Amino acid sequence: METAVKAKDYASAPINSKLSKEQKLDLLRGMLRIRRFEQEALKQYNSAKMGGFLHLYIGQESVAMGACSLMGDNDHVITAYRCHGHALAVGMAMNECMAELFGKATGCSKGKGGSMHFFAPDKNFWGGHGIVGGQTPLGLGLAYGLKYKGLKGAALCFLGDGAVNQGCFYESLNMASLFELPVVYIIENNKYSMGTSLERSSVVKDCLAQRGEAFLVDWAQAGGEDIYEVRATVQTAIERAHNSSKPTILELDTYRYYGHSVADANHKGGYRPNDEIETYKKDHDPIQLFKRRLIGEGLLTEEEFEKLSEDAKTEAKASVQYAEDSPLPEDGAIFEDVYFEVDRQTEAGRTGKHFFHD
Amino acid sequence: MALIEYRDALNQAFAEEIERDSNVVLMGEEVAQYDGAYKVTKGLWKQFGDKRVVDTPISEAAFIGMGIGASMLGLRPVIELMFWSFCTVAYDQIVNNAAQIRYMSGGLINCPIVIRGPANGGTNVGATHSHTPENWLANIPGLKVVSAATPYDAKGLMKTAIRDNDPVMFMENTLLYGEKGEVPEEEYLIPLGKADIKKEGKDVTLIAHGRAALTALKAAELLAAEHDIDAEVIDLRSIRPLDEETILASVRKTHRAVLVDENKPFCGVSAQIAAMLQEKVFDDLDAPVLRVTSLDAPAIYSPKVEPKQLPRPQDVIAKVLSIC
Ligand SMILES: Cc1ncc(C[n+]2csc(CCOP(=O)(O)OP(=O)(O)O)c2C)c(N)n1
Ligand SMILES: [Mg+2]
Repeated sequence: METAVKAKDYASAPINSKLSKEQKLDLLRGMLRIRRFEQEALKQYNSAKMGGFLHLYIGQESVAMGACSLMGDNDHVITAYRCHGHALAVGMAMNECMAELFGKATGCSKGKGGSMHFFAPDKNFWGGHGIVGGQTPLGLGLAYGLKYKGLKGAALCFLGDGAVNQGCFYESLNMASLFELPVVYIIENNKYSMGTSLERSSVVKDCLAQRGEAFLVDWAQAGGEDIYEVRATVQTAIERAHNSSKPTILELDTYRYYGHSVADANHKGGYRPNDEIETYKKDHDPIQLFKRRLIGEGLLTEEEFEKLSEDAKTEAKASVQYAEDSPLPEDGAIFEDVYFEVDRQTEAGRTGKHFFHD
Repeated sequence: MALIEYRDALNQAFAEEIERDSNVVLMGEEVAQYDGAYKVTKGLWKQFGDKRVVDTPISEAAFIGMGIGASMLGLRPVIELMFWSFCTVAYDQIVNNAAQIRYMSGGLINCPIVIRGPANGGTNVGATHSHTPENWLANIPGLKVVSAATPYDAKGLMKTAIRDNDPVMFMENTLLYGEKGEVPEEEYLIPLGKADIKKEGKDVTLIAHGRAALTALKAAELLAAEHDIDAEVIDLRSIRPLDEETILASVRKTHRAVLVDENKPFCGVSAQIAAMLQEKVFDDLDAPVLRVTSLDAPAIYSPKVEPKQLPRPQDVIAKVLSIC
């Protein structure tokens, strides 16, 4: 197998060339952890251990891992419902994530959010949002908050190639540019929104980020399969956010191997051709590409790769055990975490009736 | 006590809270340089500057969502909707983000925002500008809904709403902005979830919120003067949380209840309270619980006709007389 020929080698970009061997292995480890976690989640989903939707990120790992690996103390992340990759990339533990999928009290959202709604504000991760495009004004707000507080940071707000067609995204772009807010919109262009190809959803077929021009927002299009390229591209936008408090739109080319959600049985040979999926898996897999890269750089052997992969698998399996062994939320938990004041039993929380079921 | 307008009472609340807490920021269309579409924020931009009083483009979804996002980082945005009717274009942000973020994050994230503006009919601006969405919003666990009838209540409730750590939807009224009332010089707060007995009485309980509370008061005056009926008037002030105790105690005393509500009847605020009354004080009731609501059609424009669409004192009196 040959890796795609690159016009530019992003390994030499300063943000990548300065990485230590251990840091590079961490990037690989991070991508492997996402993949093994989700493969395990898929297995458990198919054995009816969880309900609802399961939107797998497999195939896109380099995007979340590359972007989140750049985060400093004041950089924040928010995304849509395909959120497991970003969650693990910012440092959430597999245990709390798997337990959330199982609807357990030990889940990151205490079993109240589910697959689409992971959160870890302590890691600057603000979800996990189920309404397509609905997170784009929130990302704007994170950037607004940073600027208001005088912090040098960026809000990385991920969205899909389908989400770009939501109106609130354009309202947000205008305001980001008008108010000079440090938000980076990262379009993960996996070419499909559910069963609708980009060709069928966008009048301009070859570029979505360009839509930012209407708002004088700087934009760039880049490949998403090479984690070095992702890092180099996102770093430029983060620097723009940090140094000149300006927004950016990035469009990263990527691909999901599975259906829109696990319930989407129609994807293979349905709305997308089988050989398209196979070509991406064979020639554009972000983990395989980076593995070969690191072997080429003399930092990794096949055996070491297998070990990393096995470790990730073992961790994922352990997280299933953890989720299995965890308790369900108590029935009373249904009414917890609705109102801050009620949870804390402050005077406000003790005044008046907040719930009306009886 | 000073006699001031409802809008100035709100204005004082904003000024005091901006001064008290550096995280409070006012935002919305025309709130800064234009002094507010109804002059509720008059002078605040001049006094506090660009950082604390922010004009936004006409992008309700984006600026409400922005406020929600900023609140997750600890800001306390107070966001004006020029009309509450316009919440429809930001409904997703309010319902799916503000209301759910705490729950879906298992309590890890708070959303201490206030969204405020007028929510009333009666000004001949047609159906698109005359919605009373308090029931739409009170239907969503996670949101709080407040409605102020007087300058005193407006100021005290607004200050509390700003300090509250949950999202508060604050309903004002363009017909009340110019109304005057007594407001103390010294600081005071009015808790959410506490109704106010605006007039004590023993024969029937009139339950209302917002401007309907004033309609009920007027009706109570006439009932006393012309029919020798002593009505008690309860102003809910806060719809969610709701002061169930005060309502139930009053109806246990008077044995009769008429709900006065500018909200529409179907699944309106009064429907919720009527359900509560039949469930909790059925044995105390001497008559059916009756309702006077807005007439159940879109708000008509015609200036001579629209007033009939909203509850008027004579409508309340007629209902009361039918059970007293
Ligand atoms: C407002 C809204 N409309 C529709 C949906 C249903 N839906 C969920 S995901 C999706 C496709 C979105 O595709 P894209 O933005 O490209 O993201 P991807 O799934 O490819 O990551 C649709 C239509 C939704 N959740 N929210
Ligand atoms: Mg897509």
